[in-house]
Amino acid sequence: MSTDPSVPPAALAGEVRLPEKLADVEPVRSVRTPIRLEYDFIPGDASSGYLNAFADRKILGQRSPVDGAVFVPPRGVDPRHGAATPDYVELPDTGHVGGFCVTRLPIPGRDDLEIPYVSAWIHLDGADIGFLGLVGGIDTSEVRMGMRVRAVWKPDDQLGRTAENILYWEPSGEPDVPVTAAGTNAWHAKQVAKEQG
Amino acid sequence: MPERLRADLVLEYPFTRTTGPVIGGFLTGLREGMILGIRRSDGTVLCPPTEYDPESSEPLTDLVEVGPGGEVVSWTWVDPPRSQSPWDQPHGLGLIQLDGADTPIVHGLLVEGPSELSVGMRVTARWRPEREGHIADLEGFVPEGAVR
Repeated sequence: MSTDPSVPPAALAGEVRLPEKLADVEPVRSVRTPIRLEYDFIPGDASSGYLNAFADRKILGQRSPVDGAVFVPPRGVDPRHGAATPDYVELPDTGHVGGFCVTRLPIPGRDDLEIPYVSAWIHLDGADIGFLGLVGGIDTSEVRMGMRVRAVWKPDDQLGRTAENILYWEPSGEPDVPVTAAGTNAWHAKQVAKEQG
Repeated sequence: MPERLRADLVLEYPFTRTTGPVIGGFLTGLREGMILGIRRSDGTVLCPPTEYDPESSEPLTDLVEVGPGGEVVSWTWVDPPRSQSPWDQPHGLGLIQLDGADTPIVHGLLVEGPSELSVGMRVTARWRPEREGHIADLEGFVPEGAVR
């Protein structure tokens, strides 16, 4: 039997035999398999604190009691150590793009997203992990890892207890963070800097 | 303390999947009002069909007609059906070993109540009049001899 991955297995190579009665009918080639999950979402303490703070244009994270890493959004726990994280940290609404994706196809149910759009891991100054946001105010072809950004908020009279208060992240014009210290490299770069004093 | 937050959260994926010739053949059969199994090298028949032999992993290619009658191997009663169930009335859910098949298929057992169901009972397929090549083309199974 062939083990060449570019050769389709025999069962996929069109040798399948149907009963005589089905010899001349149009074969089915695709099937709809929609999935829909309906949740009644009730945030816990950490997420509630995070969402409530958004109404005051504040972004809250939580600090690990083990090594000081700051998580945003806060989940009440440092998942690496299983340690509770009761202490909130207020974070600025500035940071950099750690990684990003340009989407050129529309998503069903998200007619509000005009294509092409850029979703990105936003690494806030003072946070040690990224969280998802949209990048705007810049041509999609110019978005890059390490690009400095700041939040664009909804007008004050439209603020709610929701992360949707931030419309998108726009370039701040500051010099880029070097790629070796951007995104998922940031934590490592910080540890190295600490060791070197 | 601000009031407790809550929100509706809906995750929805409108997938359309390509089937390949084996599952596609099975669905073609359903659209034409016919249930297909697939023959293994030892002559036994799997229904629903799989693309590969579950023991030897060899490709399977020989789709054959099974049913429409069969025997209930196991069953449970569903009351009430959940919101996205294919059935809107309480119904049985059974493992049905179709005539000519050596493995059972899961499907609905359409009776009035659980007292009408038993292991070993004979059932037969009930088809929807409009069919498109989907497992729901088969409305379910009813006791053999039941008035349609």
